[in-house]
Amino acid sequence: MRKVIDSNIENYKNLLKSYIETQDERSLYGVEMMSKSFLKNNILPEEIVNLHIQALEDLYPDLSEEIKHSMNFLLEAMISYGLKHQEIQTLREQQIALKSEISVAASMQDTFLKTDIPTIEGLDIGAISAPAHQMNGDYYHFVKGKNGTLGMAIADVIGKGIPAALSMSMIKYAIDSYPEESMEPNVILENLNRVVERNVDPNMFITMIYAQYSPAYNKLRFSSAGHEPGFHYYAKDNRFEELKTKGLALGVLADVEYQEYELKMEKGDMVIFLTDGVTESREEDRFVEVEEVLDVIRKYKTYSAQEIVNHVYKYFERLQDFQLRDDFTMIILRKEV
Amino acid sequence: MKPQSSCVTIQKEWDIVGARHVARDMAKTLGFGTVDQARIATAVSELARNIYLYANNDGQIYFDMINTIDGKGLSIIAVDSGPGISDIAEVMQDGFSTSGGLGAGLPGVKRLMDEFDIQSELGKGTKITAKKWVR
Ligand SMILES: Nc1ncnc2c1ncn2[C@@H]1O[C@H](COP(=O)(O)OP(=O)(O)OP(=O)(O)O)[C@@H](O)[C@H]1O
Ligand SMILES: [Mg+2]
Repeated sequence: MRKVIDSNIENYKNLLKSYIETQDERSLYGVEMMSKSFLKNNILPEEIVNLHIQALEDLYPDLSEEIKHSMNFLLEAMISYGLKHQEIQTLREQQIALKSEISVAASMQDTFLKTDIPTIEGLDIGAISAPAHQMNGDYYHFVKGKNGTLGMAIADVIGKGIPAALSMSMIKYAIDSYPEESMEPNVILENLNRVVERNVDPNMFITMIYAQYSPAYNKLRFSSAGHEPGFHYYAKDNRFEELKTKGLALGVLADVEYQEYELKMEKGDMVIFLTDGVTESREEDRFVEVEEVLDVIRKYKTYSAQEIVNHVYKYFERLQDFQLRDDFTMIILRKEV
Repeated sequence: MKPQSSCVTIQKEWDIVGARHVARDMAKTLGFGTVDQARIATAVSELARNIYLYANNDGQIYFDMINTIDGKGLSIIAVDSGPGISDIAEVMQDGFSTSGGLGAGLPGVKRLMDEFDIQSELGKGTKITAKKWVR
């Protein structure tokens, strides 16, 4: 650090001299470059003031005492800025370290929660989930039963940040431990509710829809734990209908019974599940209306289910200036034939 | 001959200025440059202000010139019989100081000086030792 200063003193002195004599822009450009190299080498402001004093005294040996004292006064005034600069430097390094730790944790979480979209006879499935920050507090899960049925979960944790996101791993391992074909959606939610209620912080809740589709009967059975309502798209009438459901979010009370609902899917029908990050995404100061989501889906309805969810996501990402305010998750199931 | 050591008792805010003064004089005598003089004075200021603010106006700052074969330097010891610091690691963290991070605080003192050490016992008091070497 001293070396940088020492090697620059002549240079600084010459620039200063030339500037005092001619006020040329070139010297100013020169000092701009120099100041950048000082910054890069963590030279503190008081040292720069000191460099200035030295140069000045060299150039003007008869410098008045008043000016000299005033320069020392300025040097003293710079000390706190120097300290702050060092502190910010340290904090910045810490922040970088933290960020990379979080991103390791986030990618571990992604690996834990990874779920492949299964192939189900006669069903086109699309799913997307994008975190607003590094860790996703939304979760979806697919499982294919032995008899060709689809089990599907979509969940949103209420409570922000990393701890909330971590609690999703618990949900995943709980679901994995259930014998999927043998269990009804409402029973699965009742079980999960007990797990969440027992293991998660009291002010953290999880909303979820669990659904099962059976290709043999074209029937979708589902239960909801306080989750954002899904939609049924009737291809025949080109119309959406909200799936009205009742049920408390997971983790609110110890013993909760969930109701099971059923719908029949005709050819071209879609069922859409989403998290409130979709409907609560805001454009400037206006909440996005559900209608808008449905309009986008309608617009792309001839595309594959995956392409539709991708388009909806792109649409909302742009609407929010590419800075999601909440995690965004959407699943579309479409009956093909 | 200037004295080799000195002590300032911190009771009122004005004493902080007295402590800075002593520190600067000794630093000058030892041959510290202007920048280091200013740094030493700032470090002493922080230590003295902490005694004034947190240690019931009950503390001293001792100054000693060091002159050994290893080199010349200034040793500053701030001692008080105030409440002590319960979590030293915490106060040594950047961004912790209660002033909202405007002052240099204890991490600042550590940066301004070459050597730094805190001993503190709850209910008994705090002793902070800091040294700076003439380069
Ligand atoms: N001598 C002392 N005795 C008891 N507590 C102290 C002493 N010195 C510091 N502390 C405690 O340590 C904390 C941190 O001190 P530090 O000097 O780093 O920052 P600060 O005084 O809060 O703010 P500033 O940045 O203005 O100095 C203080 O808020 C105080 O609680
Ligand atoms: Mg302080």
